[in-house]
Order: sequence, then structure tokens, then C-alpha cells
Amino acid sequence: MDMIQLVEAAQLRSDIPDFKAGDTIIVHVRVVEGDKERIQQFQGVVIGKRGSGIGATFRVRKVSDGVGVERIFPIHSPRIAKIEKVRAGNVRRSKLYYLRDLGAKQIRQKTSG
Amino acid sequence: MSGLLGKKIGMTSVFDENGIAVPCTVIEAGPCYVTQIRTKAKDGYEAVQLGYDEKPERLVNKPLAGHFVKAGVKALRLLREFQNIGNLDLKLGAEVKVDVFSKGDLVDVSAKSKGRGFQGVVKRHHFAGVGLATHGQSDRQRHPGSIGGSSYPSRVFKGMRMAGRMGFENITVRNLQVIQVIPESNLILVKGSIPGAKNTYVTITK
Repeated sequence: MDMIQLVEAAQLRSDIPDFKAGDTIIVHVRVVEGDKERIQQFQGVVIGKRGSGIGATFRVRKVSDGVGVERIFPIHSPRIAKIEKVRAGNVRRSKLYYLRDLGAKQIRQKTSG
Repeated sequence: MSGLLGKKIGMTSVFDENGIAVPCTVIEAGPCYVTQIRTKAKDGYEAVQLGYDEKPERLVNKPLAGHFVKAGVKALRLLREFQNIGNLDLKLGAEVKVDVFSKGDLVDVSAKSKGRGFQGVVKRHHFAGVGLATHGQSDRQRHPGSIGGSSYPSRVFKGMRMAGRMGFENITVRNLQVIQVIPESNLILVKGSIPGAKNTYVTITK
């Protein structure tokens, strides 16, 4: 396994802040359109992290115009310009899939201390 | 054309320049040593025999030990011949390393696939099975069906696909793209999967 880690080590990012399920974050995503690149922000609640090493991902959920949107990002993806932590959450599970069935107010209550 | 022997290490993924995760297999390849050179004059064909993976001297029998002494190399576990090794001017005992390949090359990778044991036709040949689960049928869901008929042909054709031993055969995957070469640690990354379990010997040719 150590040789796999050797390969992965070069690509792992150390500049990503520590965050957990329940936190509200803004992901700054690099979007390439033609030959232009711009930064798009995606703000939402982290509802889970999975995996280890280079394959680790996290899932962010937000409600946009009444429609629930979830995006899955590889934690070490070079497409992520920056991650900002807006609000620390206080939750008792590692996967918050139950938030899908709740309203905005309940989500706020569930993810705060 | 160039060839190299190695060992499958496992799979991971790598982000390419567009930030897309590319699945790839890590292979520890080389260093290999030239243990014999076949020539047209002496052997009737041209080839280079490469050896890989050192082993203790005590595990080598005398004929093979002599073979290694002649080439001036340490005892090796795996010996393979490569034909059409091309313009590489290799001498007996020369070292061949992973730098014979470079990023972007298309390579063929051969290895022994994982042994699956005795398997039925559904798994081994992707048959669809025969019957339903209900309506009084029993034990027909994974059967091969008719293998020869009763009036015509009244026999079983040669080569009829049936249940049997599956896997543990040489499989070559062609045109795998080389994603990365790490000469310091003798590693090569190819895009996609290759046959066999971890630590299986693999042959890489270009």
C-alpha cells in the first residue's frame, strides 16, 4: 500500500481547511468555459464525507429556489480553489441524509448547537 | 518497441491537467536485467531475455545459477523473452528501467487474471440462464439450456461453451495510456485496469 500512498502523496492538498458534516461552507469551484476560467461559489451544508486518500469526497447540499441541490466534490480536486467555513455545525451523525426531508428552519436547528 | 517486467501494485486515481480524476493502475516495473540475447545466427530469431525480481541465491538451481553468472546478474525470479525489442542496443547484463516508457505512450499490459475456480455458464460465458423462478420450474435459472438438440444436430458441437475452470489465464489489455512514470521508485501508472491480483507479474510492451 505504501507505494500507492507515494503516488497519491504528490497530489494531496494540505491547504483545505478541516470541516465536518453539519458545517456550512462555501466551495469556490474553478469553472472552465471555453478558454476562460472563472470561480463559482457553492454554499451549503456538508451532509457527509467519505473515502480516504486521493479518492476522498464530500457532499454539499443547498436549497436553490426551492429545489434541493447536492454536489459531490473530491476533497483533493485541483478544481476547488478555496473552501470557506461559514458556520460550524453541531450534529450527532456523520451522514446527514435526513436533512433532505426537512425544511430550511429545521435544518438550521438540527445543525446548530 | 520496448518491453519491461513488473508487478501490479494496485489502483488509485490521479487528477489530470483539467482537474478530472483519472482511474489508473500502479505498476512497479523493473529494474530488469538482460539475461540472454537471442540472435538470428545462433537461435534462428532475434529476441532479448529480460529478468526481474531478485531472489536469494539459495533458491537457484545450478543450471539457472550458471545462466545468471553468464549474464553477470543476481538471481532473478522471472525470465521473459521479448521479440522486436527494436533499436535498443542492449548488452548482456544491461539494466532496463522504467524510463523506457514516457507519459502519453500507449502500452499493452499482459498478466495472469484472477482464478475464479469452477464456474457455471452464467458467470463464465455471460449466458442468460433458462427459466423462471416460478411456475413449477426448479433449478433452471442459471442453466445453459440445450447443448445439442435431439433430432438436429443430435450431438454436441466441438467448442460448446460450458461450465468449467475460469480465470487464471494470460490476458492482454491493449493501448493503455501511460499517465505517469516515476523513475526514482520504478513506478509506472497506466490508465484503467489491468488483469490479475495485487503482486501479479505483468509484462508491459510498447
